[in-house]
Amino acid sequence: MAECHPVGFQWVMEAKARGAKVIHVDPRFTRTSAMADLHVPLRAGSDIAFLGGIINYVLEHGKEFREYVLAYTNAAMIVSEDFADTEDLDGVFSGLDRKTHTYDMKSWQYEGRDVQAMAGDPDAQWTERTQGVREAARGEMHGSGGAQVSGDIRTDETLQHPRCVYQILKRHYARYTPEIVEQICGVPQEKFLQVCELLTANSGRDRTSAFAYAVGWTQHTVGVQYIRTASILQSLLGNIGRPGGGILALRGHASIQGSTDIPTLFNILPGYIPMPHAHSNEDLDTFIEADSTVKGYWANMRSYLVSLLKAWWGDYATAENDFCFDYLPRLTGSHSTYETVQEQLAGNCKGYFLLGENPAVGTSNTKMQRLGMANLDWLVVRDFSLIESATWWKDGPEIETGELRTEDIGTEVFFLPAAAHTEKAGSFTNTQRLLQWRHQAVEPAGDARSDLWFTYHLGKRIREKLAARSDDLERDRPIIQLTWDYPTKGEHDEPDAEAVLAEIGGWNAKGEPLSTYEQLEPDGSTACGCWIYCGVYADGVNQAANRKPGKDQSWVAPDWGWAWPLNRRILYNRASADPDGKPWSDRKAYVWWDAEKGEWTGHDVPDFKKTKPPDFEPEPGAKGPDALSGTDAFVMQGDGKAWLYAPAGLTDGPLPTHYEPQESPFENLLYSQQSNPTRQVVRHRENRFSPTGSEIFPYVLTTYRLTEHHTAGGMSRWLPYLAELQPEMFCEISPALAAERGLEHRGWATIVTARGAIEARVLVTDRITPLKVQGQTLHQVGVPYHWGPNGLVTGDAGNELLAFVLDPNTHIQESKALSCDIRPGRRPRGPALLDLVRDYQRRAGITDDTGQET
Amino acid sequence: MTAISGPAFGRDYENPQPRMGFFTDTSVCIGCKACEVACKEWNAIPEDGLELSGMSYDNTVGLGANTWRHVAFIEQRDVLADAENGDGGMRWLMASDVCKHCTHAACLDVCPTGSLFRTEFGTVVVQEDICNGCGYCISACPYGVIDQRKDDGRAWKCTMCYDRLGAGMEPACAKACPTDSIQFGPLDELRERARERVSAVEGARLYGDSPDDGVGGDGAFFLLMDEPEVYGLPPDPVVTTRDLPEMWRHVAKAAATLATGAVVAFLASRRK
Repeated sequence: MAECHPVGFQWVMEAKARGAKVIHVDPRFTRTSAMADLHVPLRAGSDIAFLGGIINYVLEHGKEFREYVLAYTNAAMIVSEDFADTEDLDGVFSGLDRKTHTYDMKSWQYEGRDVQAMAGDPDAQWTERTQGVREAARGEMHGSGGAQVSGDIRTDETLQHPRCVYQILKRHYARYTPEIVEQICGVPQEKFLQVCELLTANSGRDRTSAFAYAVGWTQHTVGVQYIRTASILQSLLGNIGRPGGGILALRGHASIQGSTDIPTLFNILPGYIPMPHAHSNEDLDTFIEADSTVKGYWANMRSYLVSLLKAWWGDYATAENDFCFDYLPRLTGSHSTYETVQEQLAGNCKGYFLLGENPAVGTSNTKMQRLGMANLDWLVVRDFSLIESATWWKDGPEIETGELRTEDIGTEVFFLPAAAHTEKAGSFTNTQRLLQWRHQAVEPAGDARSDLWFTYHLGKRIREKLAARSDDLERDRPIIQLTWDYPTKGEHDEPDAEAVLAEIGGWNAKGEPLSTYEQLEPDGSTACGCWIYCGVYADGVNQAANRKPGKDQSWVAPDWGWAWPLNRRILYNRASADPDGKPWSDRKAYVWWDAEKGEWTGHDVPDFKKTKPPDFEPEPGAKGPDALSGTDAFVMQGDGKAWLYAPAGLTDGPLPTHYEPQESPFENLLYSQQSNPTRQVVRHRENRFSPTGSEIFPYVLTTYRLTEHHTAGGMSRWLPYLAELQPEMFCEISPALAAERGLEHRGWATIVTARGAIEARVLVTDRITPLKVQGQTLHQVGVPYHWGPNGLVTGDAGNELLAFVLDPNTHIQESKALSCDIRPGRRPRGPALLDLVRDYQRRAGITDDTGQET
Repeated sequence: MTAISGPAFGRDYENPQPRMGFFTDTSVCIGCKACEVACKEWNAIPEDGLELSGMSYDNTVGLGANTWRHVAFIEQRDVLADAENGDGGMRWLMASDVCKHCTHAACLDVCPTGSLFRTEFGTVVVQEDICNGCGYCISACPYGVIDQRKDDGRAWKCTMCYDRLGAGMEPACAKACPTDSIQFGPLDELRERARERVSAVEGARLYGDSPDDGVGGDGAFFLLMDEPEVYGLPPDPVVTTRDLPEMWRHVAKAAATLATGAVVAFLASRRK
């Protein structure tokens, strides 16, 4: 966190100054470790074993926060008789279809209950019910956190029933012992137990612990399950919905949270409403029926979606035409960035916009990225400088090796300069869902323009062209009828970003700004660009621009920026009070029930219906928020509970299970199932994998960022003040590996994987430590990925080494743990580079089939 | 030593200010180098070389004409720790170095043009339009801070953002520091704060805080986690002009003796 989020890390330092203990779990010793009370190096790719070990410790020693667990989690719920755990099936769950690499999730449900997925795969059930189209890929309707549950749930409050979640959890993690953690992760037992003790001692009534993670967790073939493991642990310890608790996703770029809320992702609409699939004749009612929940706030999805449609198509959206629901694009499968590249290679995807994205060096398997771009008709690159994605056609690695010739490439490349953050207004949404407005300081220089300008004016021109043509009105109508009328200002006709924010914040039929999503209506009388942001423009004021200094307000600081939803700073904060509505302790008081006034009150905006008493029991047959009891603190969930076990919503299992990465020097010590059976492995001759335990690729490679650069370097390699701070591509290795491979400090090394080879200067450092894993010494190679051939400081791109192998829920690549070899000297030039890689493949016995097995 | 807290050590300024300084608490430095970048941005300092040093994450290497803040990175390992058993006593020290703005500033003493001067904040600043590039200040600095730019010959160093101070702002490095490792303020207050801090942090020591040291105390002082040499700082800096008065006295005495001798010889010769 100090390494990649130094500004945010000031708050960790402040907590530390107040006595907080900081534990850092990371393969390498970083700037964060330097500040931590305890650094725990572990093998990259083994975190589920580590966290699972802590879960086992908690359950084994009765360290869970029992009252919290009983009141607010699904520990007592009883799971279907049909469910079989990894304990029963040697590493896989019931429902696995090995041919399609997918699970039928029906058997994971609660007993006797029709459970419907909302989060990971709401569409799977649609298909099942309608016996409809077999989707090209499942899990493409990633909605929000909620999942649908209906009717009464069988529970056992004593937690003794063998099929209750608590007992299943206990059995599932029983084998994650300290000995196993040591064997798999390379963490000595004493050190592991030290972590367990520190964490459990600092959780409970009086104390809370927080987890912070970044892409070190997400970029795995089991990335989502990493975070699920932390969720289970934090729920068991009572660290969710309470001050000082939580699981904080540290984001890699400014406003990455914002670009998920109002998504740049293909499978969700603003506010985590699922993107509809291409079913035959699916109307709005069917979609709502199939995808919203019966209980909780997701039951009001129709209001959210209709308001979104009204924001997009205005007066054209009417009850008669289903509010233009048919205008929304439909999914025909997974359309993630990696599928896009495959479609480019197949010749189906003809055009590509890159807005602040540099896949030629910044995305996994850069060779496939470049070959994909070489197969396009046109490519638009908007960035600050001539990044590698704009110049690969004349000076990319394939030109050097002779795999591509400039004169043969048909792609027409357009480069358009982009405005920097100081040159445009807008909002940043950070990890805690806090929107902070950013004012424009200066006009962009020359032809540089903001993304807002580009998108708006491009849309305007396209609309004009389509309107003038009118040869296929039916097809063009969704574009022509869009509300595309933002006021512009200044010499460049820059759209007013506040007008966009106002649309996102929502208004009623009279055009008055809304203040809460509870005002949203299903009948088309309200418009709102993103329901969770509803109220960001309340009273016609840009709430994100609020700037009252911390010292002039309460410690929760509600008047700095604006957090979605409803300026609530901690989600699910009903759980900060006990079932009776009293704070768990004075020290951790946050939100509580004021019996005299008959309302929830406290330091934050309560995440609960203000007047619903703690002892409230819903009427039989109640729906939506009314179906939530007075202790259903997790109001977005279909059952109102935090999930220790996910009966639906994840494509790869209801409980996190340790699987080895796609490429690993080790066999899975826990099960005969080696890796995630549902991981997405792309088969391509440029995307080969090393076999498990290969002696040719004996080391674990992990990629990462440094403080001094930003991602693939597009924003830092061209700036002298940043470039000089880390001027060359390097790799980090331990003195022991240096000795083993004859590598010299500051000398050159060539790093090879099953797909490519790069060169890097060598930093020999004690900060990378060898580990004892399964009785062997394991060496790890650290590779920052900031460099490329262009800019003031250059070097090979770490992403040349990576593969298209993905988490099945998020389609995020496994870039944190793979297998490699390292040898002294620079890499070969020209075609000899290809020979080197082919030679490695041959010696390791790699074919197109390697690593493809379920 | 009474003057060290006063404005400009007894010089007459129309708006006397308390002596301002830096307290750099290296125990909370996270090595982000925001100070280096902010310093360069504000003061428009040129880039200082694009070479990998191999000295941990320190590619800046040292202070100079084109580097006025420098973050040192020192990797230390307990040699007794088990190399295959976790991090075993690994420590990574980081510290942001800067011009010390000495109480007795030799650079200022030797400057023949008056380019180096003591500001109303008690800091030491080079006036770039007066500096003639003689370079005396460079050999005079006991810390090796000030240096010449190769392409223009003049001497450059940290001004403690004199222009910002004049506008009531803190220096760019202190402003950018996310963890308050670099603290700016009246030197008296900083010393008080440092005394509290050093007693609270195990293994910590102060460097440059004492008015009794060889430079009369630094206007920019440090809390260190190891010996100064570990960070590349001289353990016992002495103002290089310390002995000048004494030397001049010797010179004067010798000259007087010579002169007396000459006079005596002259008189003696006249008697003949």
